[in-house]
Amino acid sequence: MPSLYEFANPVLFERWARPAIPWLAGATALMIFAGLYYALFNSPADYQQGDSVRIMYVHVPAAWMALFCYSVIAISSAVGFIWKHPLADVAAKEAAPIGAGFTFLALFTGSLWGKPMWGAWWAWDARLTSVLILFFLYLGYMAIWRAFDDKARAARLAAILAIVGFVNIPIIKFSVDWWNSLHQPASVFRAGGPSIHPSMLPPLFLMAGAYMSFFGAALLQSMRNELSARRQARLERTDVKAASTLVEQ
Amino acid sequence: MRGLRAIIARDVTLAFRAGGGSLPAVAFFAVITVLFALAAGPDLTLMSKIAAPIIWTGALFATQISLDQIYRADREDGSLDVIVTTSGELALTAAAKAAAHWLSTGLPLILATPVLAILLNLESEAYLPLLLSLLIGTPGLSLIGSFAAALTVALPRANLLISIIVSPLYIPILIFGAGAAAAGAAGAPQYAANLSLLGAATLFTAVIAPIASAAALRSNMD
Repeated sequence: MPSLYEFANPVLFERWARPAIPWLAGATALMIFAGLYYALFNSPADYQQGDSVRIMYVHVPAAWMALFCYSVIAISSAVGFIWKHPLADVAAKEAAPIGAGFTFLALFTGSLWGKPMWGAWWAWDARLTSVLILFFLYLGYMAIWRAFDDKARAARLAAILAIVGFVNIPIIKFSVDWWNSLHQPASVFRAGGPSIHPSMLPPLFLMAGAYMSFFGAALLQSMRNELSARRQARLERTDVKAASTLVEQ
Repeated sequence: MRGLRAIIARDVTLAFRAGGGSLPAVAFFAVITVLFALAAGPDLTLMSKIAAPIIWTGALFATQISLDQIYRADREDGSLDVIVTTSGELALTAAAKAAAHWLSTGLPLILATPVLAILLNLESEAYLPLLLSLLIGTPGLSLIGSFAAALTVALPRANLLISIIVSPLYIPILIFGAGAAAAGAAGAPQYAANLSLLGAATLFTAVIAPIASAAALRSNMD
């Protein structure tokens, strides 16, 4: 069993990540086709929502991923901050755009669903608002990374922000339970259809699996891109240094 | 303890002297409130309904605009280096800086609120809930804001970045604060719940923000 520190070696990471990506990508493709087939053709329409319920199969796993990706960022940030693990910093940085994408997808599909169901594209309910906050958190996190030239400093500061922002994750997760008293229960039934029909579960979990393996593939690939970009920058710097010493001689 | 008091006294004095951030923040608060009111139109019943939310967002913006000042000048004249290297417990020093920021902007904003509330036709029974919610909530704004200022102190023009970082973290305080002000004015039972949650949010940030600020300041030392 390789230890955490062996993965800090980019060469080892490359050796392990490169063959994993096609497998993850293939799994994504399989599950997304199977999941979409079940979701669109082979699952029952809801007795109240009709066919609009099918939006759920895209929406709910995306919302799960929005929370999951931020958790990945926060945990990698903590690992990077405490143990100065360079790959953890890269993982946190590269997970952010993917997570922001899932968050946007959750908000977008939710609003598409809300228009026919609630009669409004948006409602200022606790769950919607807190997911929107999560989206802004992603943007702030990415903005910190972009603001600093010095990657090591950016990593530390972004890590601090990610860990502070992690406070919001339980708030988002439990917003539906905590704010029941203040909000119309109409928004809750989506999570609460407590007896969701068993035939709706396979497409839901297939889509969740597809998103998960997509996240894995995209994260590993963008980490590889970031690592090669850094290597290139380092090589260019040493080239310039070598050239300037030549000129001095 | 004496050092912390000295930092607070120094920061508050600097904020109220010429070139300080206090008066501009209050002026900005007044201007933004008036602009909101002008945009909403002359309907007085509508105005009294949206007065408290306007004042809460105005106070939030006015706090935000003054955050950049918290550590900027200290870094430019080199005193931040001295503070970081000589503080026994940097988190306490960061808390003192946040306290000084609240004394020099949060408190003046609250003092200016009744005057602006008259202009916005706020109902008389809504004054106390609004002021109380601001009193409990604005320290949280200063604490979170000082953390964002510490994160970005090494950047030349950080105001825009600070706003992006700080807005999502401000939203819970804004929701509970404005919620408490509205519920209190209506005599609704959620008043106490909102105030308690607002207090909880401020207390929570009082624990987290100074520690996070200290970590950020250390990471920003060259």
